[in-house]
Amino acid sequence: MRWESYNGGHEASEEEKQVYVGRSLMASSRPFTLMPTPGGPITHTQHPYVTGTSVLGLKYKDGVLIAADTAGSYGSTTRYKSVERLKQISNNTVLGATGEISDFQALTQLLDRLIVTDAMWDDGNNLGPLDIHNFLTRVMYNRRNKFDPLWNSLILGGVKNGVKYLGSVSMIGVHFVDQHIATGFGIHLAQPIFRSEWKENMTLEEGRKLLEKALLVLFYRDRSAINKIQIANITEDGVRISQPYALKPTWNFKAFKNPSSATPGTW
Amino acid sequence: MFRNQYDTDVTTWSPAGRLHQVEYAMEAVKQGSAAIGLRSRTHVVLATVNKASSELSAHQKKLFKIDDHIGIAMAGLTADGRVLSRYMRSECINHNFVYESPFPVGRLVVQVADKAQVCTQRSWKRPYGVGLLVAGLDETGPHLYQNCPSGNYSEFMAFAIGSRSQAAKTYLERKFESFMDCSKEELVRHALHAVKESLQEEDLSSANCGVAIVGIGEPFVILDPKTLQAYIESLEGGKDDQQVKVEAEEERPAAIIERQGTAGGGGVGVGAEGEGPTDMET
Repeated sequence: MRWESYNGGHEASEEEKQVYVGRSLMASSRPFTLMPTPGGPITHTQHPYVTGTSVLGLKYKDGVLIAADTAGSYGSTTRYKSVERLKQISNNTVLGATGEISDFQALTQLLDRLIVTDAMWDDGNNLGPLDIHNFLTRVMYNRRNKFDPLWNSLILGGVKNGVKYLGSVSMIGVHFVDQHIATGFGIHLAQPIFRSEWKENMTLEEGRKLLEKALLVLFYRDRSAINKIQIANITEDGVRISQPYALKPTWNFKAFKNPSSATPGTW
Repeated sequence: MFRNQYDTDVTTWSPAGRLHQVEYAMEAVKQGSAAIGLRSRTHVVLATVNKASSELSAHQKKLFKIDDHIGIAMAGLTADGRVLSRYMRSECINHNFVYESPFPVGRLVVQVADKAQVCTQRSWKRPYGVGLLVAGLDETGPHLYQNCPSGNYSEFMAFAIGSRSQAAKTYLERKFESFMDCSKEELVRHALHAVKESLQEEDLSSANCGVAIVGIGEPFVILDPKTLQAYIESLEGGKDDQQVKVEAEEERPAAIIERQGTAGGGGVGVGAEGEGPTDMET
């Protein structure tokens, strides 16, 4: 075995590779190992495997709406098309996640234990969306500090005592609240739409239409997005997550009819 | 109670099914000077009888702020009480850091009770010698709890612990049905009346008692001597509610009390406090 002095990562011998080291399908130059290399760091997973794309959220008159599509991508391929990326956490909060689906599942399991322990007190006190948002921030930030992040961008929305809450946490623990939020590609494609078209006290219909508009743009432009979406509606009365449904895209744009006419040299 | 052969260890049961060491610990609470608590729909008031160990010393601190929405009054070994209050503050601040919201007082009380119980079941420990009256808020409103050295806790509308607390309890039992709808000022007056019962011969003054209030929308605050004196005077009918309120508002920035000197004729060390060492008890 050749163990060179630590230079930020070194190659193991061939036989070693057979036993301990695997190459990820993401073709990164760093192998992932279960065994810490002497003199080197423990290399936890540094890249995600099955990922979800954007999550969008906005506040409306009666509560909070959160939307996401149901795609789970495996690198560049759309491997899973019925992934639930919106989960009800308690009777007044919903969590949506961009990024690694398995980390999202670990988070929902963790939150489930948290909510159940809280409910077992049965003393009239309950964790609200604000509490859960801050809890998640602590979790994400602490993982980041250990160089072993949960590879997600999270959107948490809820209503408690008439107060509507919508917040976001990134994989490095950056957190904030706002009237409308997006993660992933939504930051670049959906947020500008929200910024120009969102207004206070929209009706449920207006909110839904705005989300669908943004989701459609994402379907056109984000290659990891698919045309199957879910919208979660949180009000003081509770949480309703819709069944997945399809948006109606338009493809008969003039530029598509004779695509190569506008682009000489193409085939 | 009398000495017997089963009271050396906290982990030894008596044939009658009692843990004598735990009972002796509760005796220490009964020897401490009184602490009183009472609550309404919107506020909780804590009051203490303050005793100075000598004419030269300052009064023992028996009222502690745990968080903006929780405070305690203690009776018994105040040193043990300080340790518990440090624990409670730590728990509150940790909860606030993780959840950015106030720790429900009922859950904190249970944690303290569990901590006290541990000391009743380890041969190398001794029970805490302090009783706490915990006043605080949670989502369901204001609450008053008592924590015992035995590890028991219970919620109360009004309660008193410590020496001569029975006199205060008698007053509270007479009046408690009206507490729910009391205003803050009325509640403080009731508390001071109860303290008066515990003091018996002595005159009530801002030097020999302490009062703290917590309420919905109002953080826990220990009244400063001036505001306290105004309340005391209002008991005799000298000032009315409005006057007391005005003076209270003037004093609000200086919420932390600075107790200097001793009670002027406050009857320090008077009465049957028991023969215990004065530097441990209050």
